[in-house]
Amino acid sequence: MQVNESNIVANEEFRPKIVAFCCNWCSYAGADLAGNNRLAYPADIKIIRVPCSCRVNPMFILRAFQRGADGVILCGCHPGDCHYTSGNYYTRRRMAMLFSMLNYLGIEKERTRVEWVSAAEGAKFAATMQDFAEKVKALGPNKRLEDLRCKQ
Amino acid sequence: MQRIGVFVCWCGSNIAATVDVHAVAEAAKLEPGVVFSTDYQYMCSQAGQNMIIDAVKEHKLTGLVICSCSPRMHEATFRKTAANAGINPYMVEIANIREQCSWVHKDMPTGTEKAIILAKAAIAKVHLNTPLTPGESKVTKRALVIGGGIAGIQTALDIADAGYPVDIVEKEPTIGGKMAQLDKTFPTLDCAACILTPKMVDAAQNENIRIISYAKVEEVGGFVGNFHVKIRKKARFVNEDVCTGCGLCTEKCPQKKVPNAFNLNMDNHRAIYIPFAQAVPKVAVIDPDYCNMLKNGKCGVCAKVCTAGAIDYKQEDQIIEEDYGAIVAATGYNPISVEKFDEFAYSQSKDVITSLEFERLTNAAGPTAGKLLRPSDGEHPHTIVFVQCVGSRCASCAGKGKEYCSKICCMYTAKHAMLVRDKYPDTEVYVFYIDVRTPGKNFDEFYRRAVEEYGVHYIKGMVGKVTPENGKLKVQASDLLADRQLHIDADLVVLAAAIEPDKSARPLATMLTASMDTNDFFTEAHPKLRPVESPTAGIFLSGACQGPKDIPETVSQASAAAAKVIGLLSKNTLKGNPCVAQSDELMCNGCSSCANVCPYGAITYVNKEFRMPDRTTKVRRVASVNPAVCQGCGACTVACPSGAMDLNGFKNNQIMAEVDAICK
Repeated sequence: MQVNESNIVANEEFRPKIVAFCCNWCSYAGADLAGNNRLAYPADIKIIRVPCSCRVNPMFILRAFQRGADGVILCGCHPGDCHYTSGNYYTRRRMAMLFSMLNYLGIEKERTRVEWVSAAEGAKFAATMQDFAEKVKALGPNKRLEDLRCKQ
Repeated sequence: MQRIGVFVCWCGSNIAATVDVHAVAEAAKLEPGVVFSTDYQYMCSQAGQNMIIDAVKEHKLTGLVICSCSPRMHEATFRKTAANAGINPYMVEIANIREQCSWVHKDMPTGTEKAIILAKAAIAKVHLNTPLTPGESKVTKRALVIGGGIAGIQTALDIADAGYPVDIVEKEPTIGGKMAQLDKTFPTLDCAACILTPKMVDAAQNENIRIISYAKVEEVGGFVGNFHVKIRKKARFVNEDVCTGCGLCTEKCPQKKVPNAFNLNMDNHRAIYIPFAQAVPKVAVIDPDYCNMLKNGKCGVCAKVCTAGAIDYKQEDQIIEEDYGAIVAATGYNPISVEKFDEFAYSQSKDVITSLEFERLTNAAGPTAGKLLRPSDGEHPHTIVFVQCVGSRCASCAGKGKEYCSKICCMYTAKHAMLVRDKYPDTEVYVFYIDVRTPGKNFDEFYRRAVEEYGVHYIKGMVGKVTPENGKLKVQASDLLADRQLHIDADLVVLAAAIEPDKSARPLATMLTASMDTNDFFTEAHPKLRPVESPTAGIFLSGACQGPKDIPETVSQASAAAAKVIGLLSKNTLKGNPCVAQSDELMCNGCSSCANVCPYGAITYVNKEFRMPDRTTKVRRVASVNPAVCQGCGACTVACPSGAMDLNGFKNNQIMAEVDAICK
């Protein structure tokens, strides 16, 4: 990591840290499809696999911002298509609450997003990630919630 | 502290071309707990797996991180490897550095940097992994096939032949599906009914098969091996066990103006009818929208003429509940509605028909008894224009057509053209096409015969407009190869409409929690390697509900699905998914939040005795998860206000560790 930091961060370009939570059945498979089709998106996106978007505890998102993430995106199956029938509806409601609270705390609403990506939508996955990364990059680093005590 | 081994796969050059695999392995060595790290050309190969097993033994590894392709691909493989090496299969984590790294990032430094972070996240997670043991559940040895077309019939017959009971649920009053409506089949031109109806009879007579016709699936619960299904059998107002299928009632019923759906509404039948002569079950059915007796209580003719006494005007819908081990979706297809394509004047002229209507017109059991006559005036048509790709391969006609190729139209149009020229050599036949696609055994030869032996005019180009004028259809089209406009006065225009999944497929997919693509075709577990299984365990796919298919392909897929079902039903028990929710009884306060969000009803409450610090005991109500029912979605873990609920394999601290590693 040290070697890479000197190589890459040296050119001063801001590289956002973005955490993408993807449900195993639709969005993670959609990300795999984007890979199969070689559809490029920024490497700033790092995916965490969860069984369902409803597994994502608001705490995880707060934790990401606390640890210095610049954006968090949550991807699940389209409404009505949840592998677990209703998980994405919980997600939708929970995140509506959380994101509005984060916005109140000064986390711009462009830094958080919920997106529905099916297993067949590799192109949509890549395009969504491209767009999200660009928006987060334009906002610059997230300093609002970052907890400097967490920095080593 | 875990002793972790990291194994970085090159995947040939798939990963190694954009990720410095050696650097990833070296970087992993610096992580706490990593005692061994290496890279190899193909980790999934026998040699690669042996390397893992040897490393586990040599370095006494307790956790493995494999940096390779998607876990959807090889997680199961490496879990088996771990088990062979003597450690718990759930002590393995995969860092997806192929699909989500090397394949989407172009340059080496970026790819390598991201791969290292993904590896670190997986290492952080595996530190917190705990050994898990899957529970076992029994398998109900009965299968359900949804859809009674050729796909469903074939699947059911094959499952039944292996000795397992199987139910077919069909929404129409008879099984047979689309194939029953066809006239001849390409490329051999044998008649569809002659090859289908014996299979229908086989299905009816097979003691392992129960046909539940005129019914639909209403509710699906449970999981692989243990589905519980509620089926609504609609009232047909005829007692199925008593009716002999003599057909007397269908001749005497005074209500004669009921559009005949089997003949695509090109003629009428009575309010009590048998869909077609070879229907299975051969039982009459009353259409309650037209029957005078059911509508206003005045008639009762059918009950009077029925010698068997089968008519029952008071019959009600019946709910059948049954347990199944496996479910096969075989819901088939429909041609799209061509009414929206104004240029072809389908709604303006009766003489513009779809290919399926054409099948009925040439079918000996159809509305014209097999004579090819114009629907408008009953005259024999002398010039017929076939238009291919109506709504297929049409990215621009959103809302009307489909982007995909419907696959079967080229061949059936060649068949129609050939049959017309064979029966009526005085008829001129034109076929307009974008491309003629004839892959398949003896398919191209068949098409060549239509052109060369039967003299069908194949013209590359699309029809621009069809205008009904003085009893003729003026067809304006372009001939792209000759670069000219054509004007043809046609008597009949036949549209090869695109095919789409049946409308019942989407609600069914929701009930089955099976995934679908954007066109409402069921998706496979793997497009190449698991083409007849849905990603949802225990759900299998048969026929055109998975994608456009001709009859030979449908039958082979149907048999393949049956083989998979038989494989499942032959097991006595199934290993479950151990990644299920678990509640920490000491933290649970019995508030019911988790049970309220659980879609499976997997959470119940038990009264449990706890020892208090002052040595007294106290009984508290705590949540208890049934691991056989829990599917591991994790909804409850977020709903729990006290943080007592956690999900094995995706524990709160595991996901947080991944977040930390990524954000470091």
